[in-house]
Amino acid sequence: MTESRFRSDIRAYVVENFLFGRGDELRDDDSFLESGLIDSTGVLGLVGYLETTFAIAVADEDLVPANLDSVVRVCQFVERKLQEQAAQRAG
Amino acid sequence: MQVERFLEDSASQRPDKVALVCGGRRFTYAELDLAANRLAHGLITAGLRRGDRVAIYLENSVEAVLGLFATLKAGGVFMVINPTTKADKLSFILNNSRAAVLLTDARRRPEVMKVAGRTPHTGVVVLAGHPESGLALDGKSVLAFEDLIGPERDDSKPASRSIDIDLAALIYTSGSTGTPKGVMLTHVNIVAAATSITTYLENVESDVILDVLPLSFDYGLYQVLMAFKVGATLVLERSFTYPHAVLETIVAEGVTGLPIVPTISAVLLQLDLRRYDLSRVRYVTNTAAALPTSHIVELRRLLPHAKIYSMYGLTECKRVSYLPPDQIDIRPTSVGKGMPNEEVYVVDEQGTCLPSGVGELVIRGSNVMKGYWEMPDETDRVLKPGPLPGERVLYSGDLFRIDEEGYLYFLGRKDDIIKTRGEKVSPREVENALYELPGVAEAAVVGVPDPVLGQAVKAVLTLREGVAITERDVLLHCAERLENFMVPKVVEFREALPRTSSGKIDKKTLHEAVTG
Repeated sequence: MTESRFRSDIRAYVVENFLFGRGDELRDDDSFLESGLIDSTGVLGLVGYLETTFAIAVADEDLVPANLDSVVRVCQFVERKLQEQAAQRAG
Repeated sequence: MQVERFLEDSASQRPDKVALVCGGRRFTYAELDLAANRLAHGLITAGLRRGDRVAIYLENSVEAVLGLFATLKAGGVFMVINPTTKADKLSFILNNSRAAVLLTDARRRPEVMKVAGRTPHTGVVVLAGHPESGLALDGKSVLAFEDLIGPERDDSKPASRSIDIDLAALIYTSGSTGTPKGVMLTHVNIVAAATSITTYLENVESDVILDVLPLSFDYGLYQVLMAFKVGATLVLERSFTYPHAVLETIVAEGVTGLPIVPTISAVLLQLDLRRYDLSRVRYVTNTAAALPTSHIVELRRLLPHAKIYSMYGLTECKRVSYLPPDQIDIRPTSVGKGMPNEEVYVVDEQGTCLPSGVGELVIRGSNVMKGYWEMPDETDRVLKPGPLPGERVLYSGDLFRIDEEGYLYFLGRKDDIIKTRGEKVSPREVENALYELPGVAEAAVVGVPDPVLGQAVKAVLTLREGVAITERDVLLHCAERLENFMVPKVVEFREALPRTSSGKIDKKTLHEAVTG
């Protein structure tokens, strides 16, 4: 997999907000849920960050582990959202 | 009656009914009962004796559910330990309880490795999950969970080894000294509490109960016990982390019972709930901290057909009171009255019962614990002689106002214990962790009012000269030592802390300064 252009920003947010700045043990595919890093309030915080930083609109139904449960998944989710929005504008 | 009968009776009456939905898998009562029998035989073969403690250190999972029923079937005492517990506290609990067995999984390997060399009583580790993630621990016999419940194992019901006045569970809770205390609950205690609660919630076999709360928290644990008691279906989620996913599950499974805490309602009310068909939800329960009145109003609007129960509890007796749902619009800040088959009253400093006014809440009933595990002095402070010979009643340490009609209103603690999300946090325990951070000169931990958490944990620190420590350093340090709910929400640095005339840190003045 090629590295996402958003990886370092998203990783930095997660490390800063959920790991108190210490991210050396966080792998990009670690599940936030399974590692107990994040709770529902944290998820809403993450979503707020994604909406502001990447200018994407995140719907309630996007709040599922498939989209948000690791650094890799968040990167893919942002890419997909941006593509969808671009397609909508083009259409 | 013994608690394991909740599962056994439902399995004999409705073997093919779905008892548990967890992680996308469905288990019938018969499947669970047979698997619990196999695991119980496995524990007995591994040496578990009647009354031995079994520590269950797992996320919400079918393995945790099987672990607690198998322990009871084997005549043991289960202890569900918060899965975010760190090594020092884990080893304290294992040693204090002298747990014979630790049931865990590979995900908790780092903590388990750290405690392995200093928990001599715990000879057996049962490891759930994939066998390739196996673990070798010196001096311990490591057994694979999947192997113990394998189809070739004996699935007959083990001969009963306990009676109903035996211990069924130890639940560790924070004490004001900073040392966790094991709340001793007998089968009688648990059956009494589960019976009272399912009575006032009017739980029936057709209920589908959602559980997103950790089983280490008695509110989460009892959802399992109560669902199985009435033969209902339990939908067990690991957490409420991804609200949309949980809401989809609520709709798909037709959930009828929704136990929440205020942090959950805060998130629910940020979503557009009208998009989900929640018409099957028959009741919502709340405990831990009072629901803000604005949440109650919103929930009533979004779920007009659902009854909302505002409740109050203590690990030492499970539940204390509930507000009948028809009262929630009339007195939204009350936690109601004692539950069925239980007496609660408020006493003054002399122990005299008050018809109305402010005092300490006392609880009398079969649900009251037997005491704190091997801590007779701590026990005597809260369990005091009741009206009948040999009986003991529970002094809650909680200050309540009781109105003329007998409705209860929680005011605060008599001691300095912080109640956050319904979990007790000992300021001393957090302070002990803070003092381990090099550079910290003094640490004081207080609870500050929080609309959602009830109280939030706040740390006030002074630093040694020339030391530069940030809030983040403090939080990281705490997160490595304490369960998640104990980690301070706020850190404040000061030049000095207020002192009493004897030179001790003046918590009272500090508390007034940070809350006022």
